[in-house]
Order: sequence, then C-alpha cells, then structure tokens
Amino acid sequence: MTPSPPSLEAGPRSYPGRLFVVEGVDGSGKSTQLTLLSQWLRSEGFTVVFSEWNSSPIVRETTKRGKKRMLLTPLTFSLIHATDFSDRVEREIVPSLKAGAIVLADRYVYTAYARDVTRGVDPQWVRSLYRFAPVPAEAFYFRIPLEVALKRILIGRPLLKWYEAGMDLGLHIDPAESYRRFQSRIMEQYEQLVPEFGLTVMDATKPVEIQQRLLRQTMRPHLKGLYRRGRNHAEV
Amino acid sequence: MRKFETYGGSIPGLSLNDLTGWLIVIEGTDGVGRTTHVGRLRAHLEQLGYAVAETGLMRSGLASRGIRRAKQGNTLGTHAFNLFYATDFADRLEHQILPALRAGFVMLTDRYVYSLIARAIVRGANPDWIKQVYSFSLKPDAVFYLRIGVPDLVPRVLVNGGFDYWESGMDIPMGEDLYDSFIQYQERVIRQLDSLSGEYGFDTLDATAPVDELAAELCQRVTRLLEADRPQPLEPSEPL
Repeated sequence: MTPSPPSLEAGPRSYPGRLFVVEGVDGSGKSTQLTLLSQWLRSEGFTVVFSEWNSSPIVRETTKRGKKRMLLTPLTFSLIHATDFSDRVEREIVPSLKAGAIVLADRYVYTAYARDVTRGVDPQWVRSLYRFAPVPAEAFYFRIPLEVALKRILIGRPLLKWYEAGMDLGLHIDPAESYRRFQSRIMEQYEQLVPEFGLTVMDATKPVEIQQRLLRQTMRPHLKGLYRRGRNHAEV
Repeated sequence: MRKFETYGGSIPGLSLNDLTGWLIVIEGTDGVGRTTHVGRLRAHLEQLGYAVAETGLMRSGLASRGIRRAKQGNTLGTHAFNLFYATDFADRLEHQILPALRAGFVMLTDRYVYSLIARAIVRGANPDWIKQVYSFSLKPDAVFYLRIGVPDLVPRVLVNGGFDYWESGMDIPMGEDLYDSFIQYQERVIRQLDSLSGEYGFDTLDATAPVDELAAELCQRVTRLLEADRPQPLEPSEPL
C-alpha cells in the first residue's frame, strides 16, 4: 500500500508557533514597526522569522517579467501573487510555525484582498484563492490619512512604477494622480477588511515609539509558552 | 450569436458577449496522443476553411519560462505549482484563447483546466478549492477525452522516450522506482479525469483505437459540431 500524497489544502490549522501580520498602504510606517518588533523579540530570546510579500525567489522572476513587459492583467496579477504567497506558505511560513517560531509577515492575504478587488477581481474568488493561508494570531492594520501617506511616498520616491501607481486601471494619465486615486480605493477596501477579519487597528499618525509600545502590549499575551533561548518555555 | 459563459467566476474587465469562435478541448493523460490528434484536426478544419488557433499547457508568454525553471530544480512547493499553472492558464485565456474566439477562430486546446484540476487533486489539493480557483475559465463547446488505461499507456510511453519525472509523479514518489511511481500516479490521474468526465460532460473516445480511425472519428464529431451552429449548410466548394 502506497502512502497517500500529503494533504496540502487542509485549511487553517493551529501550529506551535505564532504568526503576526502588519498591513497598510505604502507610507503607513508598518515596516518600520515590524523591524522594531523583530529586534525586541530577538533580544528576548525568541526565534523570529521574517516573511515579506512578493519574495519567493522562483516566482519573483515571473512577476518581475510580467510587470516589466506589462503582461499582467487583474486576473494574472492576482494569481501570480497567490503563487508567490503559497510558495512562501509551504516553504517558509508553515515550517517555521511548526518549529515554534514567531513569524512576522510584512503584508499578508489582506494586501491581495484590498489590491485585487480594487483592480476588479471578484472578492469571494480572491478569498477562496487564499483559503490555505494560516490564520495569524494578530493582524495589525496601520490606519493613516491618505495625504500623510502620500506625502511620505511621493516626496521620497517620485518615480512610481506602472502597477504600483495603478496605471493599469486607467484612473489618470499622470502617475502621481493615478497613485493617489489607487491608494484611496485600496484604503476603502482595507476599512472593509477590518471588521470582516478582526484586524487590530493602529493609529499610524502617533509617534513611532508610542505605536511600538502598543504593539508589544497587544502581542505579549500571545507569546506565552513559546520557546526562548536560554530559558525553558518561560513567560515574557 | 453563440454565447460563452464561465464556470461561475468572472474575468475582470472583460466581456464575453463578442466571442464568435469555437473552443474545442482535447483532454487525456500524458502520452495518450493528444498532440497528434490536435495536428490532424487542425489540418482537417483548415481544409474546410476554418481559421484554427492552438494552445496548450505552459505556452503562456508570462509564466511558461518560470514554470520550466522551477521544474528543473523541483524547487517550488506543490501548492505553488498548482497556482503557477493557474497563472499560465489565465494568461493564455486572456491573451490567446479570448482574442482567437473574438476573431471567430476555432481554438483547439491541447488540455484545459481539467488536466490541471486532476493533477492538483492527485497531489493533495482540495477538489473544491482547485475547482473554485479555475471558476473563471470558459466552458468549452466540447471536450473530447482521449481515454486510455494504464496497461495500454505503458508501451506507448516506453517507445516514445520512456518515463518522465513529472509524468511519473516523482515529486510525490508513490513507489520504489520510476516505473512503480508512473503506474500509481497515472492510475490516479486517469481516475480523476474519469470522474471529471461525468461532472463536466466530456465526450469520451477510446484512445486505444487505431490512430487513423480515431482521427477520422474526432474530425467528424468536431465538424458536425461546427456545422450545427450554422444557419445554412455550407456549399461544398467547386473543384479547381
């Protein structure tokens, strides 16, 4: 009798590790906060693994090709990002969670829900696409007024890429204006995701260190029982 | 005008109202002779004056290179492969199939979503999930399923270059060697295709029949289908 192939689509399960997610538009400061969290958790002796959106080495090449040659449509844009994500889930996120690590994800399925639906993809379809994703212990949404986020991005980096600016949507001929409208629509989507998935809202206009303190407070109860270097599964 | 629809999903930003061509699918497992029959069918239809286009798995401008590279090193997760193939399919649907149908071509496709669904299920994907993923695909005018059992398949594969790593499911090895795994894997794929055949209403043909006989049968069935859509029968052209 041969063994059955592994069941890869068993749906969300619970693992010994913990998954934390930061979400928000560009310029919301979420990556800064995640870096600070990781430094804190490491100094506390936890095993920390980072997972970034769009970073699977094999798939990224195709995504880059599609973007460079403008081959991507809303449908293939959605599918190629799901491919990238599923590769990271299988090879990075789930194994780390099984090993009892803390996984910090810079953007997660919510980015796809917000962005792809803004591009006209069916909301139910894109949710079912990501059905295999482990459910995070906590997902933080960094809420910020549009103008503040835009100022941070548009001042520092004036050359916007085609898809980044949402130029494929034909919202406006000027990339900066297109980007503005695109981001505004993505924010509307995020606001709907907050109650739907119970995202924890962070006020991203507060000083960095205040936000960080709040984040740590919220995370603390989830850290009980996790492995820590030099201590035997001790409390924080 | 003929109407196309999807399996419940939608293709963002695209209308299906202006599609006038035909979508004909040839399905069947690895090594069953699909490519031969697609070639014969194409020649036959062009002879009759139909414009014909072809597509098949991994022929997208977007994802085929990436999938080939990933297959070389077996470096991609099983689940990610399923979605990579879905990306390849979506790109071909939007950039090859829909434009051909819009232009009134007969689109012959060497395998469609059914093979992709069957292979994903054999590799452990949840059947409902993978079918939902492909719900944006168009319902074809007809699916011709070239059916063969494993005992008849083995000798064909052997004379045509032997057992392929992926066609033997070696990424999820199911036996002691390539042969064992091929048998196990193909049995499962064929079982899945058989089950999809009922669900999606395939037109099944016995692929163990002699090639010429099968080709003639296939040509006849497709011609009948295309002519049925015509308000008046086509006058045979005058001999030159």
